[in-house]
Amino acid sequence: MGGYGLYVWGSYGVVAVFLALELIFLARRKQALLERLTALREMEEDKS
Amino acid sequence: MAIHWTKYSAPSAFYPMAGRSLPWLAAGTLLLTAVGVYMGLFSAPTDYKQGEAYRIMFIHVPAAWMSMWLYIVMAAYAGLGLVYNTRMAHMLAAATAPTGAIFAFLALWTGAFWGRPMWGAWWVWDARLTSELILFFLYLGVMALRAAIDDRQRADRASALLALVGVVNVPIIYFSVKWWNTLHQGATIDFSGSKMDRSMLWPMLILTVAFWLYSFVTIFLRARCEILERERHAEWVGELLDNRG
Repeated sequence: MGGYGLYVWGSYGVVAVFLALELIFLARRKQALLERLTALREMEEDKS
Repeated sequence: MAIHWTKYSAPSAFYPMAGRSLPWLAAGTLLLTAVGVYMGLFSAPTDYKQGEAYRIMFIHVPAAWMSMWLYIVMAAYAGLGLVYNTRMAHMLAAATAPTGAIFAFLALWTGAFWGRPMWGAWWVWDARLTSELILFFLYLGVMALRAAIDDRQRADRASALLALVGVVNVPIIYFSVKWWNTLHQGATIDFSGSKMDRSMLWPMLILTVAFWLYSFVTIFLRARCEILERERHAEWVGELLDNRG
């Protein structure tokens, strides 16, 4: 990168990491949410 | 083909629509990111003045554009939510803020990494940089305000109001390079056209579309979570959970 490697890769790398992390967090949020809501629903059904 | 937009203001209609769109949006994001990054890093020629450092532009400009555009989208949903009192609009406003904040941060970060070799400084208190930093804080403020209020309806309304007030900052960012003497360069692309060579213009435009599709992916994913959380007592959510097996 003509002596600018740190700056170019430091930009592209951080963008890639942040965008990937956002997707991973969202996938985990959905998974945890589905598990929690399913558990809640089963509890509510047991009660009634 | 007639698309009934108001139909998707019902969470029960939005949820499956977003779910069906996601694979296509994700595929488009991956494809355009791969093409755009390849063109930006390898096929676009070296700049005669800035050398290879200018390649940061291909992600810096799309990130900055998305940070401003998503703020307008968020404020528009916030306005719709306030006027029509629709839950879906508030959920979409809530779903847009984090992705907008990330793009604002990335615009600042890549800007610092471009400014350091070109200007000799990671940061200067220039009008463009300062107004973009304010945009980042506005996103954080909208998110924090929403999180700080327990009552959903009040949280929706308060954060919507803040989002709407903050929208005045977007034209300030856009015109800052014209209104003030800034270290930041002026617009190379405006509504009258582009002063950039095509070999450099294409990767930037492709990555802009890629970031835009990416925003659809994360906003749809987040909106689906919001819907499940808020509508968990609705019959269709119950059926959906039962069918998970």
